[in-house]
Amino acid sequence: MKQSHLRALQRVYLVLLFSFMYVPIAVMAVFSFNESKSRTLFTGFTFKWYESLFHNEMILSALGLSLVVAFIAAAFATVVGTAAAIGINAMGKRSQAVINNVSYMPVVNPEIITGVSLMLLFVVAKDGIAWANDTLGWSLPDNIFGLPTLLIAHISFCLPYVIFNVSPKLRQLDIRVYEAALDLGCNPRQAFFKVVLPELAPAILSAFLICLTYSIDDFLISYFTSGTTQTLPIVIYSMTRKKVSPEINALSTVMFLVILAIILFYNYLDGRRERRKA
Amino acid sequence: MLKNKSLAFPYVVWMTVFIAVPLLIVVYFAFTNKSGAFTLENITALGDYSTVFVRSLLLAAIATVICLVLAFPVGYWLSRLPVSSQRMMQMLVILPMWMNFLLRTYAWMSLLENNGLINRFLGLFGIGPFEMINTQGAVVLGMVYNYLPYMILPLYTAMVKIDASVIEAAQDLGADVFRVLGRVLIPLAMPGIATGITMVFVPSVSTFIISRMLGGGDTMLVGDLIELQFLGNSYNYNLGSAMSLVLMVIVLLCMSLTNTSGNKDGVEGVV
Repeated sequence: MKQSHLRALQRVYLVLLFSFMYVPIAVMAVFSFNESKSRTLFTGFTFKWYESLFHNEMILSALGLSLVVAFIAAAFATVVGTAAAIGINAMGKRSQAVINNVSYMPVVNPEIITGVSLMLLFVVAKDGIAWANDTLGWSLPDNIFGLPTLLIAHISFCLPYVIFNVSPKLRQLDIRVYEAALDLGCNPRQAFFKVVLPELAPAILSAFLICLTYSIDDFLISYFTSGTTQTLPIVIYSMTRKKVSPEINALSTVMFLVILAIILFYNYLDGRRERRKA
Repeated sequence: MLKNKSLAFPYVVWMTVFIAVPLLIVVYFAFTNKSGAFTLENITALGDYSTVFVRSLLLAAIATVICLVLAFPVGYWLSRLPVSSQRMMQMLVILPMWMNFLLRTYAWMSLLENNGLINRFLGLFGIGPFEMINTQGAVVLGMVYNYLPYMILPLYTAMVKIDASVIEAAQDLGADVFRVLGRVLIPLAMPGIATGITMVFVPSVSTFIISRMLGGGDTMLVGDLIELQFLGNSYNYNLGSAMSLVLMVIVLLCMSLTNTSGNKDGVEGVV
């Protein structure tokens, strides 16, 4: 009797909590089909906000930029980070600790501080370039803010995640397998690409995906380092400042569906892999 | 190749230039004035903003406690489900986390407005309308809503490792609910609790989006102050750096209170 009461209570609690998490998203989805611009009164059904969303040049070009930055930053960070993880793994305990502590800075620091500190670096660099152009007669580009600074910033906050994903896998790796490959006539390069890399592949792939999502989702760091260039989250921010803009509801709904599809797909793959193992 | 330390070289250079040096520049700006001379003025000037610092700490702490209380039972129940439903529920927790947080916060703007959906709904029963948006409560709500999953996941990760027989043993030996909680569950879930607290507290205390969107103009937080110095009207890099430095010190102090070993597990567990 008591047990069943507890069960019911538990169920009610979970339903309430998940409603809290999902109702706001659902409300946005419903109002993305609203005829009028009102955010509270549903006046009629329409697809027009979706239509104008997909014809909104600003949003589309920002999405394009976000994807370009995300892919370049994730690819670069994955390659450099994986190499670094191997190098760090070969180091002594003390150097490992030092490097790991610096790597933790962007992870534990509030994002706003990572953003602000990079912005200051770029401002200082910009001043340096202006000085070099004036006094040394160099002709370097005088405004570095934009794609280059965005890429540098995104690579910087992605790199630690690659290391923290790949390093544990490296530690688990049986060094004897690598040595066996060498004994059997592989040169170190072959042994690495044929034996070690396939072992690390899942960790490297998930590091790449994490970088991709963090980069696409990042607002704070991009906000401070992008100058006047607009990534998708920055455009979303400027849209929320204007308050009335039903396109934003449509955009949320589309993004939610895309994310849902990705997660379901990922989950399906995961489930299949597990069933195969079993 | 596996013993080659120099593979880490590009990374070490990158992290020095783009992580360590920028933080040193923040320190440099914090202790200099506009002409580059050493000064403590920026730090002493922060006294004028002490109410904002106190408010940020307080609201973030309240949000963190609410998240912990709300998430603890969820983490526990999820960890006791059969493995197949665990996967499903985990997905339900993660899904909103993947939605851009600007959009999630924006969703609450339209719900909390004076003639928003909640007030309209309450109006049907003749209650209200309540002034909900542009209050400190709305800011705390925004923090809880945005960062709740970051509390649930590490708690769940920690509690999945607790063997059911440990809890049963405590019960068999006569422990009541509170004893099981205080002597068994909470101590064993401690790494998860520590991670969850940092993962909610750090972004809450440094946010400027949530306060700006849900708090109106009156509920300034440290994040707003910093943003104003760098991209807003105040435009004072030196003062902004001093604020950032103090915020960083506060965060690092809080992190050293909750132990770091639990935190490392958690970061790897969540990402």
